[in-house]
Amino acid sequence: MDSVSIVAMASIIGAGLAMGIGSIGPGLGMGQAIAQALAAIAQQPDERNSLTRTLFVGLAMIESIAIYCFVISMILIFANPFWSHVIK
Amino acid sequence: MEVVALNQISPDQVVIWSWEFITLNVTILYTWLVMAILVTGSWLVTRRISSEIHVSRWQHFLEVVISVIRGEIREMTKKGADDYVPLVGTLFLFICVSNVLVIVPGFVAPTSSMTTTAALAACVFIAVPYYGISRNGIFHYVKEYFQPTFIFFPFHVMGELSRTLALTVRLFGNIMSHEKVIGILLAVTPFLFPVVMQILGLLIGVIQAYIFAILSMVYIASALSAEEEERADVKKEGSPA
Repeated sequence: MDSVSIVAMASIIGAGLAMGIGSIGPGLGMGQAIAQALAAIAQQPDERNSLTRTLFVGLAMIESIAIYCFVISMILIFANPFWSHVIK
Repeated sequence: MEVVALNQISPDQVVIWSWEFITLNVTILYTWLVMAILVTGSWLVTRRISSEIHVSRWQHFLEVVISVIRGEIREMTKKGADDYVPLVGTLFLFICVSNVLVIVPGFVAPTSSMTTTAALAACVFIAVPYYGISRNGIFHYVKEYFQPTFIFFPFHVMGELSRTLALTVRLFGNIMSHEKVIGILLAVTPFLFPVVMQILGLLIGVIQAYIFAILSMVYIASALSAEEEERADVKKEGSPA
């Protein structure tokens, strides 16, 4: 196997692993956050506005972890920096 | 109508026109378009602004938008919002318009390019010390970096940088990922399902604009609030009660 196909294979597998493993944690975290926020809103409907705003900010924080994984997998697939070393 | 190909990660790579070292890519073009829409739109509306009982419907619309933005900011800072409406409101409107216009065929959201989002996050990065210093003075602002001890100085600096990076990548990743998902879905299940995803994309675009504005307001408020608490503590100790 030459180096071009090794880099291609490693990039594709790495992109898939990054996306797959990297979205487990944020998925669990967002699920917990939404469940807690729903319980809180059900208990105190008057505080709905501030709860929703805090929930959105928190979700954005959690989601950014999954977004990092996604950006890295997109870079590995579409804008791979290692190609230039292999393809002369 | 596809302006940015599926394997191009950023619309910066699509160059429309270039002369010597000046290049005009899709990102700049559509940024100018969004700017033109916002500026001419608000100019047309505020040209005949009136304080009568009967105002035009577009003036109503703008008043609703501005009052919602001011209300949100006032809830966060717990006091005056007028200092922050120009920056945070502009960020929100620019991101929101450029995200929502994605439903127009041929339009590429400038926020799907990392350069645009990095520029917007850099505005917030500069605005945080600006508001902090103008409110509390430079001594108190710099002192915050050495709380609780001087060992924490590099961590504060790292926090500033990493949250700027987080702002950049969050907006860019969300909008860019949505374009790519629609592009892939068009190849897999054409006609109906991409439309549903487009509707979801409108929701995501507005939420991301909201989140960007709220987060920048949170960062600005964090630079303001520490001094207020300190003053409150001093007042509590000083009071005879």
